Amino acid sequence: MTKDKNTHYYQSLHRNMVFSAIIVSLTPMLLVIGILLHLFQASYHEKTYAHLNELVQKHKQNIDSFLNEKLANIRFIVMTKPFETLNDDEFLQKKLQFLRHGYGNVFVDLGIVDASGMQAAYAGPLKLENANYKDAEWYKNAWQTDSYISDVFLGLRGTPHFIVAVKHSDGVRDFLLRATIDFMAFNSLVQNLRLGKTGYAFILNREGRFQTQPAMDTPPAPDGFEFFWNAVEKTKNKILTTQRVDETGVENLYGVGSLKNGQWLLIVKQQTTDAFSDFRRMRTLALIIFILGAGGIVFMASYTTRRMVRRIRRADQEKEGMNQQIIETGKMASIGELAAGIAHEINNPVAIMVEEAGWIGDLLEEEEFDESENLDEFKRALTQINTQGCRCKEITHKLLSFARKTDSTLKDVQLNDIVTEIVDLSAQMAKYNKVTIETSLQKTLPYITISPSEIQQVLLNLINNALDAMEKTGGIITISTKISEIEPGHIVIVVEDNGLGIPEANLPRLFDPFFTTKPVGKGTGLGLSICYGIINKMGGKIDVQSEVGKGTRFRIWIPFQK
Amino acid sequence: MTTAYVMLVDDEVPFVETMTKRLDKRGLKIISAFSGEEALKILKRNDTLDVIILDVKMPGMDGIETLQEIKKIYPLKEVIMLTGHATVETAIEGMKLGAFDYLMKPCDINTLVTKVDEAAKKKKSHDAKIEQARIDKLVLRRGYD
Repeated sequence: MTKDKNTHYYQSLHRNMVFSAIIVSLTPMLLVIGILLHLFQASYHEKTYAHLNELVQKHKQNIDSFLNEKLANIRFIVMTKPFETLNDDEFLQKKLQFLRHGYGNVFVDLGIVDASGMQAAYAGPLKLENANYKDAEWYKNAWQTDSYISDVFLGLRGTPHFIVAVKHSDGVRDFLLRATIDFMAFNSLVQNLRLGKTGYAFILNREGRFQTQPAMDTPPAPDGFEFFWNAVEKTKNKILTTQRVDETGVENLYGVGSLKNGQWLLIVKQQTTDAFSDFRRMRTLALIIFILGAGGIVFMASYTTRRMVRRIRRADQEKEGMNQQIIETGKMASIGELAAGIAHEINNPVAIMVEEAGWIGDLLEEEEFDESENLDEFKRALTQINTQGCRCKEITHKLLSFARKTDSTLKDVQLNDIVTEIVDLSAQMAKYNKVTIETSLQKTLPYITISPSEIQQVLLNLINNALDAMEKTGGIITISTKISEIEPGHIVIVVEDNGLGIPEANLPRLFDPFFTTKPVGKGTGLGLSICYGIINKMGGKIDVQSEVGKGTRFRIWIPFQK
Repeated sequence: MTTAYVMLVDDEVPFVETMTKRLDKRGLKIISAFSGEEALKILKRNDTLDVIILDVKMPGMDGIETLQEIKKIYPLKEVIMLTGHATVETAIEGMKLGAFDYLMKPCDINTLVTKVDEAAKKKKSHDAKIEQARIDKLVLRRGYD
């Protein structure tokens, strides 16, 4: 039972220690990692967005300037030459070669288109002389403005391309100079833009058609990129960076800028997981460090605590063992005192008996007994008395140096009997100290199940202490028993003296082992601690009240079964 | 051999009575007291007492207190302490305070008588020396006259 209780106690001690150690160690670690990760994430996001923003900005400018440059090229041609000069295949061919020489194979062909939509002159790889563009979308648009850049379309030739056209009026007639821009050359401007593993760029027109060849399959955004158009218009052609989930459910990071006066959108797209892969790697690393650290902490906390608890347990056991030993030692000591008292008391009557026998012996020496026939028998008997007297003396001698363990077997006893017994035993000693012992015993006390010799020991100790306290002055010891009114179910024994009293400073230490105020060699300081131990073991209580000069009162409560 | 005048002091009345008879039979002049106080009273009346046999443990004035009192007032009286073994140390303390010797109860009567004789002898020799000194002093004084 006690062992179970103890085991439970140590288990919960172990649990509590481990728990607090883990909490104390993990909390700061968790906080630090959490805060750092959070801050890092914020700044990493910021940086990624800023980078994307810059990238889009740069390419937007790049593409815009590419387109404007092409426009400027042909505008230059149209402005500097009269229609007659321009309207000549050979001249155009020369210009085309000149442009190709300057800008690579960006320009595919050149053509002059008159007001009727007929291509009056043409230079290029295709046979497009006299092609009629009257119904072509770009032609209609170009005719309305000074310069025009078309969307990418297949047109008459069946390959993707777009047209740059400049309208010119020389006062006689209006006409267009148009140039076809090679799709591949334009495409390469955008296609070379790559970000991480999944980042690429593309250009969309108003209708949502790709103006460049995306580097990989581009599932449209759920609202067909309408969101981007709106957002860009709202932000007045600034760069937009945002995160959106596309139709396949993948979250992407988008950087969007408008091109060609808001007719096209340059979109840079990267999967979020890819964009933040460094951060994710870092987070995984932190998580691994945390898990390893936490594992280490848990292991160490558990391991060291188990060792510590084991050590505490051993120390407790040792202490308990030592307490037992102290009680045992104290028992010996009080048995010794008891034996000494008895020995002394027996000694006196034995001395008298021996003297009386001696006196008879003396008388037998008289002449009148000489003739008695039993004289020898008398002498033999007297010698025997003398011998036995000496034997008694021997026994009391032995008793003094003899101490054995007290009997701690439980019995049903009437407490008053024990008190009376002890008082009788102590009366003689009290007489020598000029002390009288008075008792006031309640007659109807219930029987209690205790070890009689242990309670004897307690009472003897208290009486001896009281006698010591009144050694010089003499006084009265009052011992009373009754059923306690304060503690229901307990019998209370009060041992009261009117001796010196105990200074208040000593009261808290009174029941401590080895606490004594007697000179060295006179007291062991164990008596009261043993009393305390015994009463505690019985499930009872002991306390003390004392006033210097007035006396001391010990109260003992012992439980009884109703 | 000169007869010693002895007082026996013990609170155990039967013990004192029997001892008195036995010591008396052995030719000692003996008087008994049953407590320290009584012993001091008797001493006041009997100046010729030689040896006092004193029990260590007595109610009221105990052996040691009585011894101190006797030695204070009558330093020449010899005291033999009687003791149980539980109070041997007290008896030894008594010796330090000027007791002649101590004996353990119950004691052999002959040992006791021998001790008493020794004590009486010592006392008497002390007395004799003091007497002689006084005589010498008187003689000296007369010599000056």
